[in-house]
Amino acid sequence: MSKSNLQRVLETGHFAVTAECGPPKGCDTTELLHYANMMKDVSEAINLTDNPSANVRMSSLGCAILLTQHGMEPVLQMTCRDRNRVALQGDLLTAAAFGVHNVLMLSGDHTSLAEVPGARAVYDLDSVNLLQVGRKMTTEHKLMGDSEFTGDIELFIGAVENPFADPFDFRVIRLAKKVKAGARFIQTQCIYDMQRFREFMKQVVDKGLHEKVFILAGITPLRSFGMAKFMATNVAGITIPEDVLKRIKDAGKENAAAEGLKIANEQIQEMKTIPGVKGIHLMAIGQEKKVPDIIKDAGLLPRPRV
Amino acid sequence: MIVAERKPIEEIVKLIGDCRHIVLAGCGTCVTVCGAGGEREVSVLASQLKMHYRQKGIDVDIREVTPKRQCDSEFVEDIRAHVEGADCILSMACGAGVQMAADRYPALPVYPAVNTEFIGVAEEAGVWAERCQGCGDCILGITGGICPIARCAKNLLNGPCGGSHGGKCEVKTDRPCAWHLIVERLSERGKLDVLEEVLPAKSWWTDRSGGPRKVVREDMKK
Amino acid sequence: MSERKFEPKIVAFCCHYCAFAAADLAGVMRLSYPTSIRIVRIPCSGKIDIIHIMKTLERGADGVMVVGCMEGQCHFIKGNFMARRRVEYAKKLLEEVGMDPKRLEMFNLSSSQGPRFAEVSREMDARIRELGPSPLRPKSGSNEKTENVKVA
Repeated sequence: MSKSNLQRVLETGHFAVTAECGPPKGCDTTELLHYANMMKDVSEAINLTDNPSANVRMSSLGCAILLTQHGMEPVLQMTCRDRNRVALQGDLLTAAAFGVHNVLMLSGDHTSLAEVPGARAVYDLDSVNLLQVGRKMTTEHKLMGDSEFTGDIELFIGAVENPFADPFDFRVIRLAKKVKAGARFIQTQCIYDMQRFREFMKQVVDKGLHEKVFILAGITPLRSFGMAKFMATNVAGITIPEDVLKRIKDAGKENAAAEGLKIANEQIQEMKTIPGVKGIHLMAIGQEKKVPDIIKDAGLLPRPRV
Repeated sequence: MIVAERKPIEEIVKLIGDCRHIVLAGCGTCVTVCGAGGEREVSVLASQLKMHYRQKGIDVDIREVTPKRQCDSEFVEDIRAHVEGADCILSMACGAGVQMAADRYPALPVYPAVNTEFIGVAEEAGVWAERCQGCGDCILGITGGICPIARCAKNLLNGPCGGSHGGKCEVKTDRPCAWHLIVERLSERGKLDVLEEVLPAKSWWTDRSGGPRKVVREDMKK
Repeated sequence: MSERKFEPKIVAFCCHYCAFAAADLAGVMRLSYPTSIRIVRIPCSGKIDIIHIMKTLERGADGVMVVGCMEGQCHFIKGNFMARRRVEYAKKLLEEVGMDPKRLEMFNLSSSQGPRFAEVSREMDARIRELGPSPLRPKSGSNEKTENVKVA
């Protein structure tokens, strides 16, 4: 039986839920543990981001180990931006040593997005290469260059896909590549344009990819019109359709957050029905404490025990 | 060719320091083409420096010379005629030229007046853009003649990343997404299936990462 | 040393087809324009290179004008656009070394605009008088006030 709860839940055909926490900008883990504790019973696993936007944070690996030690299940996010293949493989060995099983491989936001620019961008491997590395370690028990290593390792490897990036028609081909390279699950970038997402999933199903990889749809409830506008214009790869923007705007300042939660709920209900979607990945930025309610209101409790 | 850009004047003045007899050496090749350090730029910088110092009541003696290629051991000799009595060489050549001059005239400090940036092409008059990173292991044959190492901000081998939007790179939004261009180019050629294969991790051994590089042609040695 | 009133020296690079013709016409029309303007005829304003502007100012001219045809009517099609770009760039170069970019200007006019030539000349003359003599004026034989100039 797999050591990864997330893997077990997905493989037994349940609609899975993953949540997300940002490591602290510092070495005080109180808040992180507080939020993770809130999320642990309402999700299969909790993602820890890796220096998001290339800003300094406590490492995702450190936080993943911390969560594991507190009886929670993390998804270790690993970007290719800050560490070379030596460090990345070392981190995977470390993860295995501490019982961290879920890993998500990403290219990572570029260093130029950081608050303090000037860091050297590593990108020794890209995310697809890193998927291959993870798979080699877990299935062949070998490092790059074919050398052996000691100890047990069991990784449930995932990747990210952004159905809204361009070129649109190429996204599914790239997804297929990631699956070929070793991705077992996918967490998408947050979705607002349901129509485009449905088109994407149709292409995924047509290619038979839904049977090879578990796709979890990214959901981020909007908190305000300001947040929505900001994300739509400034964050790469996020599109928000006009009707969604209108709903948030029309709700007015006081009710925008509630409307955002309502929209998220509607999305989750729809996700349950789209062929090929095997779960959701909830990224409640700025509303971490709402996560238990969101999951509950979406009718996703209790979480399965397998 | 190599593309460079003139340093800010304040920095140049700081480098010159107390020098008053300056050999201002341009280069007739790459930096001429990209308008950074050719004969024209040498004369303009000389004029600017004279203006700067004259306002402080200082007379500078600037000797202008532009060898055909400062990185060339024969052409760099052209500078020799001007070094008598000089207290520094201010070079507008790329880093390679500056170092050649520094090696050839070790008694004089050689200051760089430009910042060398990349290997690139002129996309249009007055606009130069990066094309090659000199990674030592060219994959242009697979990527439709568009280099992801030089032109993708994350040098992905299996791009594009999720930040490619409207054909533009999320990192430098005025630049095209290299992978978008590659996908388009190969689509037009009916060769998109090439990109279905995973390009394995690159060995950076041949890149600058593997240490400073050298190329030898034994048959060309004297 | 006696102090005399500042008499600017302004070099006007005038294109043959429009600017110079307009200057000529101003003369024929007996329009007066400041004597500070020294005209240099060039085939097209696009013939102007950055170095011409820089050297002129370096050698002590108090101001430089580049006068070309109206945009869209350059005898050589785009010469005046190129001149405009170079003038803008030269202004930046001047600013870099503490020279007031207002000492340099580009004007566009047509060959029939004798009065306009006189007008822009007066405009430039007034501007330069306000800016004062160029800090690069040669010391000997100048009309300027003595300044505390250190000899290196």
